[in-house]
Amino acid sequence: MTTVRDTEVQPRPYKPPMSVFWWVHRRSYLLFVLRELTSVFIAWSVIFLLLMIRAVGKGDAEYRQFLNWAGEPWLLAINAITLVFVVFHTLTWFNLAPHAMVVRLRGQRVPQSWIAAAHYAGWVLISGLVAWLVFGW
Amino acid sequence: MTTKRPARTEPLLWLLFTSGGLAAAMLLPVLMLLFGLVIPAGWVGAPTEAHLLAVARFPLTRIVLLVVFVLALCHWAHRFRYTLYDGLKLKHLSKLIVVVCYGGALAGSVFAAYVLIAGL
Repeated sequence: MTTVRDTEVQPRPYKPPMSVFWWVHRRSYLLFVLRELTSVFIAWSVIFLLLMIRAVGKGDAEYRQFLNWAGEPWLLAINAITLVFVVFHTLTWFNLAPHAMVVRLRGQRVPQSWIAAAHYAGWVLISGLVAWLVFGW
Repeated sequence: MTTKRPARTEPLLWLLFTSGGLAAAMLLPVLMLLFGLVIPAGWVGAPTEAHLLAVARFPLTRIVLLVVFVLALCHWAHRFRYTLYDGLKLKHLSKLIVVVCYGGALAGSVFAAYVLIAGL
């Protein structure tokens, strides 16, 4: 039997209990969170590169000191992990971009594989240009 | 119930997020491979300070680096904001997170401008 008191209870929205670690249990969820975490390594890369450019601007002694610091095993380890995440960002970004971009050429939609190929070609070209500028070959 | 309209800043933040994602994807791997790993580990001879200074002082280099760094920081801010919301379930700290993320990107951008314009 329903009493008057029961009907007066305010309904609360049901919130299923969810752990903070909801993403460890499934591979696709784990990959999603790892992909999201690439942003942290991107921010670190920017800070690290800015510190290096600042050292270069301060003179040869500062630059040598920076290289010594960057050569410390713990920092090399951090930057190796950073490189893995940054490359992971690049690969996931290039695989996603063709789905998000609709490029038309003479009224025809450019195939997604072409857009992906253009991204990879640009990546190779830019990386080569940077290496050439840095080492002055 | 009230439905919230999406903020007007959202499209701009999204544009910065995607351009930053592309800029970071193109340039950061090679820069981190060279300056984070290969050069400090001594696998190749380090370029001289004079050479790097000459390359970095070239106006186009400064502009490209500044644009890439600022966009990459905006990319971080936007993505990390939602990582904290969903990954760590911190949606209730929304205001604090917005300040930390976009404020952090702004501070980093000011630092980048200072290093690339005044520091070289």
